[in-house]
Amino acid sequence: MSQPTPRALANPSAVRLDALPRGEFHWLRSTILEQVAGGAHLCSLFPLTLDGETLLVALLNNHEARAVIAAAAPIGAAYPALTPECPEAHLFEREIFETWGITPQGHPWLKPVRFLPGREASAAGPSVMDFFRVDGEEVHEVAVGPVHAGVIEPGHFRFQCHGEKVMHLEISLGYQHRGIEAALAGGPDIRTRHLLETAAGDTTCGHGLAHAMLMEGFADHDVPAAAHRVRAIGLELERIANHVGDLGALAGDVGFLPTASFCGRLRGDILNLTALICGNRFGRGLIVPGGVRYGIDAATAATARERLAAAMRDIGGAVDLLFRRPSVNARFEGTGSVERITADRLGMVGPAARASGLEADVRVDLPHGVYAEREFPLRLGEAGDVLARARQRWVEVQDSAELIDALLREDCAAPAPTAVPPPAPDSLAVALTEGWRGQICHAAVTDAAGRFRVYTITDPSFHNWPGLAMALRGAQISDFPLCNKSFNLSYCGQDL
Amino acid sequence: MSTRLLALLTFLLALGACPLLLGIVNRTKALAAGRNGPPLLQKYYDLRKLLGKGVVYSHTATWLVRACPVVVLAGSLAAAAMTPFGRGGAVFSFQGDFLVWAGAFTMARLFMVLAALDVGSSFEGMGGSREVWYAALAEPALFLSMAALAAIARDYSLTGFFLSLTPEVTSRHLMALLFAASALFFVSLAENSRIPVDDPTTHLELTMIHEVMILDHSGPDLALIEYASMLKIWVMGALVVGAAVPVNIGSWWLDGACFLVGMGVFAVLLGAVESGMARLRLTRVPQFLVGALVLAAMSVVMMARNFA
Repeated sequence: MSQPTPRALANPSAVRLDALPRGEFHWLRSTILEQVAGGAHLCSLFPLTLDGETLLVALLNNHEARAVIAAAAPIGAAYPALTPECPEAHLFEREIFETWGITPQGHPWLKPVRFLPGREASAAGPSVMDFFRVDGEEVHEVAVGPVHAGVIEPGHFRFQCHGEKVMHLEISLGYQHRGIEAALAGGPDIRTRHLLETAAGDTTCGHGLAHAMLMEGFADHDVPAAAHRVRAIGLELERIANHVGDLGALAGDVGFLPTASFCGRLRGDILNLTALICGNRFGRGLIVPGGVRYGIDAATAATARERLAAAMRDIGGAVDLLFRRPSVNARFEGTGSVERITADRLGMVGPAARASGLEADVRVDLPHGVYAEREFPLRLGEAGDVLARARQRWVEVQDSAELIDALLREDCAAPAPTAVPPPAPDSLAVALTEGWRGQICHAAVTDAAGRFRVYTITDPSFHNWPGLAMALRGAQISDFPLCNKSFNLSYCGQDL
Repeated sequence: MSTRLLALLTFLLALGACPLLLGIVNRTKALAAGRNGPPLLQKYYDLRKLLGKGVVYSHTATWLVRACPVVVLAGSLAAAAMTPFGRGGAVFSFQGDFLVWAGAFTMARLFMVLAALDVGSSFEGMGGSREVWYAALAEPALFLSMAALAAIARDYSLTGFFLSLTPEVTSRHLMALLFAASALFFVSLAENSRIPVDDPTTHLELTMIHEVMILDHSGPDLALIEYASMLKIWVMGALVVGAAVPVNIGSWWLDGACFLVGMGVFAVLLGAVESGMARLRLTRVPQFLVGALVLAAMSVVMMARNFA
C-alpha cells in the first residue's frame, strides 16, 4: 500500500478533512519521529472522532519548510506511545490519556495533567497526587504550593532534595482548569473570542490574534494591511509589557530593589499605551476576526511613538542598572541552565528556548501578517541560564519597540473589521503566532454544519513547564523562585 | 552625669529607638529605588498592630514554639545590657562578658531553630539548617575581631574595649580598628539577615533564612521576635560604630551625639548596601563570611604589628 505524504499547511490555513493525509498508525508514528529528528516540533497532538473512528492528528512546525505539517492516523483505545522516542510528546500524551481515555502504551508516567473530574486516578497510571520519589536516608521531599506566598496562580511543585540540592522536581498543575476547550466545542458563538482572550490573561493579544487568524484561515479571508499593523503593535506591546515586568520581578527576586521598582512602573506605562489604542490595558477587544476593532489615527500614532520612546529610555536605564551590577550577574549567571539539546528534545518554545540557542520563533519560522513582509531578526542566546533568559527578554523588548515605532510611522488607521464568513464545514484549520512566552497554536476541526468539533489551544507554557523542571535538576532549591520567574510560565494557559 | 546613670539611659534609648533604625534603613532603600517608602515610624506601627492580634499555634507544635519568642527577646535584652552604647559603658560589665554576650544571641538562635524544627515544615527545616550553618561560619570572624579589640584595650569586657579607646590608643591602632569595624559590619549583615546574605523583604520561602523560621509565629509572639531582631541590629550596630568612630571627647553629650550620628550612618549604610547589590547565591555566602574572617585577621595583624 502506498503511503500518503504529510500535508504542508500555510499559517494560517485550513484543509478539508477528506484531504487530510491519513495513513496507518506506524506511518504517522514514523512521520512524527522523522519530522522531529529533522528539526520540526510538535505544536499540537489531539484525537479526533470522525464517523465512529478515532484519529490521532499531529501538527508539526517545520521551520525549514516554513509550514505546518499535518498528518493523521486511526488509533482506537490504545496505541504505542510516542514519548519514549519523542520526549516532547510527553504532556500531549498525558493529556490524551486524561481527556479522551485513550492509552498511550509504554508511556513512562501517565499521570493526569488537569484534575478533570472523575479522572483523578486510574489503574493504568499514577493518580493526581502521586509523585516520582527518590528514596534514601538523607533524601527529603519539599512540597511547595498550590497556595503561594505571593499573589500568583496556584500550582504545586514537589522537590526531591538532598540537602539544598534538587535531584528532581515534579510540577503538578491543573488547579486553574476551567474547561475552556470543552466550552469552545459547538462554536463559534458570541463567547468564543472572550473565552480565548482569557485563556491566559497576560497573553490576551497573543491568543486573540491566534483565534482571529484561525477564523480567517477557515474562510481564506484576508484583512487590510493597516489591520495587520495594529495587530502586530498590540502583540509587541504585550511582549514589551510582560518582559519588562519580568525583568523587574527578576531583580526583586535577587533583592535588587531599584530595577524592581522602576520596572513595575514602566510595565504600567506600556500597558497604558495599549489602553491608549483600544481602551483596555491588556488589549481585550482589540483583535477580532476580520481585522481590529480600533484603528490608530495619525495623531494617536504620534502620541504613542512619543510615549513609547520615553518609556524605552527609562526601561533602558533600569535594565542597564540591572545588567551592570556585578552582584546581579553573579546571581543570574549559571543559574538554572537548560542546554540546547534539552530544549530541543523537550520542544521548548519562545524566549526560553531561544536563550538556549534553539531556533524557535513563529515570527521567523511561520511568518504571518507584517512579519511576512519584513525580515524579522531571529535573536539567539547561548548559555540557557537565568542571565541568558533575562538578556533575551531585553533584546526582544528592543526589537519589539523598533518594530512598533516603524509600524506607527505607516498607515495604521485600520477600517472597522469586515465580517468573516462562517468556518468551512468538515475542515481542519491551524493558526500559530508568537506570543510573548512563545508559540501559541490554535487548531480547530469543524463538523458538517461548520461548528467546532474540537478546538485545541496549545499555550507556550505547555511546552515549557518540563523545561523548568529540567532547569532545576542538580540546582540549588533556593534558586527555584529565580528560575521560575525567568520562565514566568502561565498556569491558566496550561490548565485551560 | 554618673556613668551608671548614663549606661542605663543609653540602654533605655536602645530599647526605644531600635525600630527607628530599621525605619531609616527602609527609607534609604525606598529613596534609592525612587519610591517614597513607608514612614520612618512604620516599625512601631507594625509592632503595635502585631501586639493587638491573637496568636495561632499549630496543633503539632509543642512548648518550644511558645517559649521561643520569650527566649529570643531575653537573649537580645541580655546582650543589649552588656553592650556599651557610646561612652557610658554597659549596664552590666565584667571580664569576659563578650563571650556571654555571644552566648545570649546563640541561645536565642538555638530556640529559634528548635521552634522552627518543632512545627515540622520542610521550609522551616531548611531555614534552620541555613541559619546554623552561616552562624557557625560568622562566629570565627566575630571572635577574632573581638580578640583584636581585647588586645588593643588590654581588657576583656565590651565596655572596656570602647572606654579604653583614648585618642592616643585610637591613633595608634587606627587601621586595626577599621579592619575590626568592617569585619563586625560584615558579621552584622549576616547575623541580622540583611542583603547580601538574606533578604528581609522577600516573600519566597525557598530562599529565606531568618524569615522562614518565624513563619509559624503570629501576633504578640511575632512582635516579640521582630522586636528582638530590631534590638539585635542596634546592638551589633553599636559595636560597629564603637570600633569605627572611637570618639572620646569627654563631654557626655558630644560623645553621645557622635554615637547617635554614627548609628544613623550605620543605618544608611545598611540601606545603601541593600539598594546597591543583589543578594548572594546561598552557596556563595560562606565566601562572604570567610571574607569577614580575613578582615578580622587583618585587624589582629595590624594590632600585633603596633605592639611589636
